[in-house]
Amino acid sequence: MTAVLAATDLRKSFGALKATDGVSLTLREGEIHAIIGPNGAGKSTLIAQLCGSLAPDAGTVSFLGCNVTAQPVAARARMGLARTFQTSALAMEDTVLQNALLGALGASGKPWHFFAPVARDRGLKGRAEAALDAVGLADLRDVRTADLSHGQRRQLEVAVALTLEPKAFVMDEPMAGLGQEGSAQLTSFLADLKRTAPILLVEHDMDAVFALADRISVLVYGRIIATGTVDEIRRDAAVREAYLGDEA
Amino acid sequence: MSPILLAEQVLNGLQSGVMLFLMAAGLTLIFGVMGLINLAHGSLYMVGAFAAATVAGLTGSFVLALVTALAGAALAGALMEVVVIRRLYARDHLDQVLATFALILIFSEGTRWAFGSFPLYLDTPDWLSGTVQLPGGITYPAYRLALIGVGLVVGVGLWWLNARTRLGIRIRAGENDREMIAALGVDIGRLYTLVFALGAGLAGLAGALVGAIQSVQVGMGEPVLILAFVVIVIGGIGSIRGALIGALLVGLTGTLGSVLLPELFKLFTDASSAATLGSAFSSMAIYVLMAGVLIWRPTGLFGARS
Amino acid sequence: MTRERLLNAALVLALFAVPAWALWADEPFTITLATRAVIFALAAVGLNIALGLGGLVSLGHAVFFGIGGYAMGILASHAQNYTPIMEAPFLIEGTKSMPIIWLVAVLASGLAAWLIGLLSLRTSGVYFIMITLAFGQMAYFFATSWPTYGGEDGLSIYVRNGFPGLNTLVPIQFYGICLAWLLLVLALNRALMRSRFGLALNAARQVPDRVRAVGLDPPRLQLVALVLSGAITGLAGALFADLNRFVSPTMLSWQMSGEIMVFVIIGGVARLFGPVAGAGFYVLIEHWLGGVSEYWQIFLGLVLLLVVLFGKGGLVGMIAGARK
Ligand SMILES: Nc1ncnc2c1ncn2[C@@H]1O[C@H](COP(=O)(O)OP(=O)(O)OP(=O)(O)O)[C@@H](O)[C@H]1O
Ligand SMILES: [Mg+2]
Repeated sequence: MTAVLAATDLRKSFGALKATDGVSLTLREGEIHAIIGPNGAGKSTLIAQLCGSLAPDAGTVSFLGCNVTAQPVAARARMGLARTFQTSALAMEDTVLQNALLGALGASGKPWHFFAPVARDRGLKGRAEAALDAVGLADLRDVRTADLSHGQRRQLEVAVALTLEPKAFVMDEPMAGLGQEGSAQLTSFLADLKRTAPILLVEHDMDAVFALADRISVLVYGRIIATGTVDEIRRDAAVREAYLGDEA
Repeated sequence: MSPILLAEQVLNGLQSGVMLFLMAAGLTLIFGVMGLINLAHGSLYMVGAFAAATVAGLTGSFVLALVTALAGAALAGALMEVVVIRRLYARDHLDQVLATFALILIFSEGTRWAFGSFPLYLDTPDWLSGTVQLPGGITYPAYRLALIGVGLVVGVGLWWLNARTRLGIRIRAGENDREMIAALGVDIGRLYTLVFALGAGLAGLAGALVGAIQSVQVGMGEPVLILAFVVIVIGGIGSIRGALIGALLVGLTGTLGSVLLPELFKLFTDASSAATLGSAFSSMAIYVLMAGVLIWRPTGLFGARS
Repeated sequence: MTRERLLNAALVLALFAVPAWALWADEPFTITLATRAVIFALAAVGLNIALGLGGLVSLGHAVFFGIGGYAMGILASHAQNYTPIMEAPFLIEGTKSMPIIWLVAVLASGLAAWLIGLLSLRTSGVYFIMITLAFGQMAYFFATSWPTYGGEDGLSIYVRNGFPGLNTLVPIQFYGICLAWLLLVLALNRALMRSRFGLALNAARQVPDRVRAVGLDPPRLQLVALVLSGAITGLAGALFADLNRFVSPTMLSWQMSGEIMVFVIIGGVARLFGPVAGAGFYVLIEHWLGGVSEYWQIFLGLVLLLVVLFGKGGLVGMIAGARK
């Protein structure tokens, strides 16, 4: 099976700190590949390099078979790479619908309309509303984003990614702060979503990870110390040692 | 053009660059520590010049005039910080720009009201009014040479302050981590007022020093302020070293441009149109320099690369 | 929202009623003041696109205002002296026709905005502010040291330029032209705020990372915003020069940039009618306080300081409440 998204020997240092230290990984068609690791392990830094907002010091990123290491964020997004941020990056002054519309607008690739009102743009609106529907935010479409709860903002992050109808998702802790019920809902949602496009999932919520992941990679101090199925990772001695520590 | 003339122009460029450095150093320090863009820095320059001209007129002492300029501007700066500026640290740049623009209006019109619209004059002191014979047969005004000296002394002083004193350590800590040094018990409000007053004092000193070779008038500060911005853009925000290099580059480009460009145009056209073309384009030279640096290195020569 | 609409309606009403009253009371000077306010408002509407919608704190909008002014001055001075602007390689003559002047003003200031934007949008934040201010100063010094078109003294035009079918020398008719432009541009601005471009630009101001992540390019959006913004301010500059029949480097000065920004801020940034309220207020206090004291700008400074420190949302914000 070919990789949709692949990193080869990525390296990134901040001063003396090796935040990414020779990471290679792949995301295959149809799978959820979870990345776990303690705080500060370099998960978000890795994602930033995969999505193009941070240039690696060395190594390559390829997406859909193309080397995109030198491509900026927007170009990768247009190719079909959708990202959710660990801390919500949403237009807080705008409504929920407007945020979803922005995603649809990005996906359309045609922002250069200066007169026609977006509100009457059927195509964009349909796409945006479908995404809001899918994450369960349809009723809140006219609420200002700043007035949403934390969990609702996390959902909106996912909805914006959905509007892109991407070839791959990269999600940075989408469950963070969702609460049990919210996590459970999102878990079942992602289980369906992976049929549309594979998901690279950074997550601290282990229940969700063990329920969803086809493969798990464990990142510690910028290195991947193990990659495998849920069972393999559970059994892996190095992981128990490094990650679970006390149970080793 | 003779080499001697050229050497004189280089000295002139250094002199104006060094004065720009006094302005730019304060601006960049204030931005680095407090994250504030201060348009009213030019007003403090003006305050220094007016204070110096007034005191020199009353007492006839140039040194006293300089001391008053420095102290007066520092005091005005401290007052400005306490009354207005500290409300702006948490605001966005737009609010900072507008509030300090408002301060320009208040300072400029207030000064016009107090001193009238006619320029004041500040004479160079007798003991610096002659010329100095430099090696290579260059005669150069002693006062301007002294300005270069003062600028270099201030540069060294700032370096020393930054690298070798407790205040410097606190300033650098303040640039990096506000909460941390507050948690360590440093009175951050006082530190900010002090840094602002320091920058203001430097601006006032520059105003007084330049006031003796140009006229002292309302509105004298803003063109210098904008040049200091050019310096900072070239040098990189927050970097004192960048401010020094940028200031010298701008000073030299400005002076040499106005001498060399007309010569250059003479190769193509007659003398009179070469002079007009030369002056028109030399007025743009430093901005072209700035544009060039921007293309090459958008965050300036010594700015943090992100 | 309804209160803001009411306020907007009142402002539009005032734009018609004040000159109508002045006409009836035979107060031509009031019409001139109103024209000044309308032109300033137009310049500020231009800035508001970059500033309010795009979040670009441009302190160099006088460049565009001045270029518009000089477009008028240069074309009209050649026409009034019967000298062509250039003869080789092809003949270009001056003109006294407003529509042509407007076209040139819009194109020239839009082009300048594009060039300045290309350079200044490589940076952001304070750098952007300083750079726009610096380019403004460059244009100012260029205009003062370039003697062909009056240098520091500027250019006088003896007779106001013409518009087919109107007598532009009659104050109320020239006012009508300016008002028509203002209303047209406000309508376009309103459409712009609701368009795809407006949505994207608005988001690029708030969360550029998100905008990139959906495949759009914030600097390109901002560049286009700056060009539109500069072109509108340039048009206002052409009208302003025509109002005064005079253009000088003052139109390019940093004070002018500051004033245009003051119109926007006092009125209410990112509000459709903010620039109108702000420019109107400015012209009023300029007229009233200017009559009381030569040093009226001290009061302007104090008002501005108070608005910035305590009155979020400017006049429109204070009257109509914060945006929901
Ligand atoms: N721009 C930066 N400059 C310097 N250090 C950075 C930068 N970004 C991240 N780091 C450091 O790199 C390390 C990895 O950070 P990263 O955010 O990738 O961790 P993470 O695995 O996502 O952690 P978390 O689970 O808390 O989200 C951390 O020590 C962090 O402090
Ligand atoms: Mg993280």
